[in-house]
Amino acid sequence: MVNSEPGRGLTIHYSLFTISLTPNPEPLIPNPVSRVPSPESCMSAVPAIELRNVSLSFESKRVLTNVSFVLGAGETLILLGETGSGKSVLLKLMLGLLKPDGGQVLIEGQDLVPLSEARLQPLRQRMGIVFQEGALFDSLSVFDNVAYRLREEHLGDEAAIERRVREVLRFVEMEPAIEKMPSELSGGMRRRVAIARTIVSNPSIMLYDSPTGGLDPVTSFTINVLIAKLRDMQHVTSVVVTQRLQDAYELANYVFSAEKQTLVPLPQGSPATSRPPTRFLMLRDGGVYFDGSEQEFVHSPDPYLRKYLA
Amino acid sequence: MIITTITRALKRWVQAVQEFTFLLVDSLRYGFTRPRYLVDTLMQMDVIGFGSLPIVLLIGFFTGGVLALQTYRTLTTFGEVGLMGEVVALTLVLELGPVLTALMMAGRNSTGIASEIGSMVVSEQVDAMRALGTDPLRKLVIPRLFATVVTLPLLTILADFCGMAGGYLVSYFTVRLTTEEYWTSAYQSLTFQDVTQGLLKPFIFAILISLVGCYQGLHTTGGTEGVGRATTQAMVVASVLIVVVDFFITKFLIAIGFY
Repeated sequence: MVNSEPGRGLTIHYSLFTISLTPNPEPLIPNPVSRVPSPESCMSAVPAIELRNVSLSFESKRVLTNVSFVLGAGETLILLGETGSGKSVLLKLMLGLLKPDGGQVLIEGQDLVPLSEARLQPLRQRMGIVFQEGALFDSLSVFDNVAYRLREEHLGDEAAIERRVREVLRFVEMEPAIEKMPSELSGGMRRRVAIARTIVSNPSIMLYDSPTGGLDPVTSFTINVLIAKLRDMQHVTSVVVTQRLQDAYELANYVFSAEKQTLVPLPQGSPATSRPPTRFLMLRDGGVYFDGSEQEFVHSPDPYLRKYLA
Repeated sequence: MIITTITRALKRWVQAVQEFTFLLVDSLRYGFTRPRYLVDTLMQMDVIGFGSLPIVLLIGFFTGGVLALQTYRTLTTFGEVGLMGEVVALTLVLELGPVLTALMMAGRNSTGIASEIGSMVVSEQVDAMRALGTDPLRKLVIPRLFATVVTLPLLTILADFCGMAGGYLVSYFTVRLTTEEYWTSAYQSLTFQDVTQGLLKPFIFAILISLVGCYQGLHTTGGTEGVGRATTQAMVVASVLIVVVDFFITKFLIAIGFY
């Protein structure tokens, strides 16, 4: 499902979408048994996201300095760091919402730095971002928020759009709130609707900016379930900015069970290949301070990381 | 230290002028290309145009009335009270109608646009819009620009008429001019050039009002406090620009003999 060739992912997602607009649509949120491609098939030669020596300043303030990393298709990157270390800025750079002063930002092999706003749109159609507070459009209902992208791109008639919107709202368990306005929703509900709005066009890359920030542990868990559900059912490449180490551990050590509809821990001693491919990247003072696996992160003797983990 | 501060302030000012010019050029360049947001434009016409109608009519009416009251003293000195209609009509159509209506619109709509878009910026709705494949220029700026450009000249015409009606009521009840005297004087004094000038100004003011609001909104930083700052700035900048640009339009039209 996730295609590594630049330009092809869009076609495939749209063809999937077309399927869902037929009278007897195949569910766009795929059946976990029949639709899950093997993790190996998700790994491909061209990385989903690659940053090469990215630097950015706001006026005289240096925000990012020579940030480089590679994220393969289907992988999950947990982005950690203190407040103000440039995590959210990094997400915006990946979407082309900000342009770096130097370096390259490659999405599925294509550098988006020299692209104009219009030429960025096809790339953005393959990506989705969930902002810190959801960033739902205040003046639109939950239905209209989720249908926004479909209407903007004239994808199907109103009946087809409604079917698709209900489908993704069901996926995030928010269908009963379809008529509500964003102001009537709690923080957790807003994030879930924001996730629904993002996945409505089946992106192959999802960016989450502190999706559990300010939420209680129970609601945070439901958001993590959704992130893992997308990762494990659709092998969506994910970048998760978080301040909560608990979220990071949950995403690294738990998988979504379609049967139980929740996260289940990986069995003790399970091989590395059966684990969700998760990397930890820590920013400090605008640069990459740590880039490695969860085990390397947890067992690092570095004093700063020890302090962060404490 | 002082030189650095001045240099920084000048740079910021030059950058603002440059960015505003880009906004203006891009809005006009993309204003007639697809995708178009007709529903948004109509909704903005309702908010900006129809919503401003009561205040604009009220201001126009009382401006005309007070103008008649004030000029009455001067005209009496010269024994030319019969020119009341002409004085009120010319003053309203050429200056007070366009400028006061534009100032009202700046107070009501430039600030409204700045706060609405500013709130969307600080709550990352504008970023979300871009991430969802929508150009904020087309979705937010161009509908507001077109809505203001269409409605402000119409509101100015209505404000002019209400002003003349206000002047007429004062002339009729206070000065004891007859209906024919007032309206004949008013009607005959207005030339094609006067009416054109009176409609050219609101057209340009509309561009300033909407784009200043959009510019301030799109450049909002610093959370809710920033929204307040952007709103105030929009009001101040739009009002100052209206008065300054009014002077230069008048000067230009006089220079080319269009009067």
